[in-house]
Amino acid sequence: MITLPRDSILSRHQWRVGELLWLAAALASYFVFPQYLALGTTVLIMVVLVMSFDLLLGFAGVLSLGHAVFFGLGAYMAGWLSLAGWTEPVSAVIVAGIAAAALAAVIGPFLLRLTGLPLMMVTLALGVLVFEAAHKATTLTGGDDGLAGIQFAAILGVFEWGLGGATAYLYVLAWLCGIFVLVKRVVASPFGVMLQGVRENPARMRLIGNPVLPHLTLAYVISGAVAGVAGALFTQANAFVGLGVVAVDTSIDVLVMLVLGGIGGLHGALIGAPVYMLLKHFSSQWNPFYWMLIIGVLLMAVVLMGRGGLLGTLASWTRRPRKGQA
Amino acid sequence: MSTVAFILLYGLSYGLVLCLIALGLVITMGLMHVINLGHGAFAAIGGYLAISLMQAQGLPYAVAVPAAVLAVAAFGVLAERLLYVRLYKRSHLDQVLVTIGFNFVVIAIITILFGPNIVRMELPMYLRGNVDLGIREFELYRVVASGICIAIIGGLWWVFERTSTGARLRAAVDNRGMAQAMGMNVPLLFSATFALGCGLAALGGILAAPMLPMEPMWPMKYLVLMLIIVALAGHGQVTASVAVAIIVGVVETAGRYLFPQFGAFFIYLLLIGLMVWRPHGLLVRRQTA
Repeated sequence: MITLPRDSILSRHQWRVGELLWLAAALASYFVFPQYLALGTTVLIMVVLVMSFDLLLGFAGVLSLGHAVFFGLGAYMAGWLSLAGWTEPVSAVIVAGIAAAALAAVIGPFLLRLTGLPLMMVTLALGVLVFEAAHKATTLTGGDDGLAGIQFAAILGVFEWGLGGATAYLYVLAWLCGIFVLVKRVVASPFGVMLQGVRENPARMRLIGNPVLPHLTLAYVISGAVAGVAGALFTQANAFVGLGVVAVDTSIDVLVMLVLGGIGGLHGALIGAPVYMLLKHFSSQWNPFYWMLIIGVLLMAVVLMGRGGLLGTLASWTRRPRKGQA
Repeated sequence: MSTVAFILLYGLSYGLVLCLIALGLVITMGLMHVINLGHGAFAAIGGYLAISLMQAQGLPYAVAVPAAVLAVAAFGVLAERLLYVRLYKRSHLDQVLVTIGFNFVVIAIITILFGPNIVRMELPMYLRGNVDLGIREFELYRVVASGICIAIIGGLWWVFERTSTGARLRAAVDNRGMAQAMGMNVPLLFSATFALGCGLAALGGILAAPMLPMEPMWPMKYLVLMLIIVALAGHGQVTASVAVAIIVGVVETAGRYLFPQFGAFFIYLLLIGLMVWRPHGLLVRRQTA
């Protein structure tokens, strides 16, 4: 076994101590906070969603303001499958992921030609358009009332969905682990490195013979698939789909969570989503608009003060004493 | 015939007000190359300030409006010196994030001060009622608002294209370093321009208040429309943004009037189609680089 340098690309798919500690903490929360399992499940789903966005923004450098489209498609897909009688949960999640991937494959080649402001505007407009369409298409989406009466069979035929959300929490955590391994593989692969090349300098990548658009499209497809999986998990955990899953706010939330945690490196999702969701949960019990004040100030502070979000700040604190020793 | 006149008149007056707000954004974004998502916040602050000056302080409309515009312009200078100046050399992503954060803070403060509901602007008596335009009756307020917009847009065009201040400004946009080397005070020019942009936003917000009523989410809700105009017009294109704003106004009005159920779709479909077709702006000639 060769030991690789800490920041080597080849070491990206190996498990780090912090990641294992995070998973251990997530598992421990199951036993320590049984009354908050529903909130915990939503946090884990958001971690998956933010991770999919990190692949797109952090590695491929695609700033999309319409990521909720894939989350929403996955969520509604799972809902439709259940109402049509397909109640096996794991395969339903996979089908939802494939549906979202297919959508990304269709729209990606058009959108990803754009960069900068035009890309942001088109993805934002797409997000608004899809939300309005979902709002009007009441026969498909239930409109404001959402889709109710969604039921899934026991997971793998063994684990029943309990009332307290205990099964859902562990089920989502298992999906999170699987997705994390998959995404780590992707960013450690030559493809992941090429994405970073595209992010840094698309013109040079084209000049050295790497087609930019197909790479970006594939990244968009993978990211869309993972977001679709997160959406399907959201439907299964809540036994309900509402319009909130396709709202533009969700796209903005995902971006804010990722930035708070730290962009690029996949770990931002692990920190940003829990911090954001827990802050939101507890401050909006207090007053929903203080929440916007807190998150607005936090967002400005994180971006203006330091690189790398909360995680980057944390890393620079832990690194400082070492410099002193050396 | 009457329907066409209705759509054109409403669309035109709506488009002109949109254009005023969007021009402020064209100026701040085109000049400083900052993706300024906080622009809607300045417009909303202007609207709320004018309403509260009239209702709480009892100032007449004709005094409250200029006072609110000047106050927002002054606030704009403050925001530029304290916040935006840190963004000039940052990536687009950082600019987006900080200005979204700014929006959140403004929305929260508006809600704390004015509550979460819609606040209506009471127009003075002399701006109410209808006027006969020959083709059909039309709201007097919209006629007056359109007149103000046309006057200001015309004035801006004159300043940009025909005065030495405009020439300096265009020079600073094209090559900041060179302009500074020629002895221009570029930071001062930028502050003044930002103040102008914010003042335009505030005036647009105030004029738009009777059409797009003030609510805490205003900065986010109508920001998309402003950005559509800027994106379609292309960076810093004043003439093109006037044309695009009027097209957007007419298409929105026509969509909402003719197909009330699907009204909002048209403008977004238009945007997506046009942006994919012409990413650098509708009227911008394709660069041969």
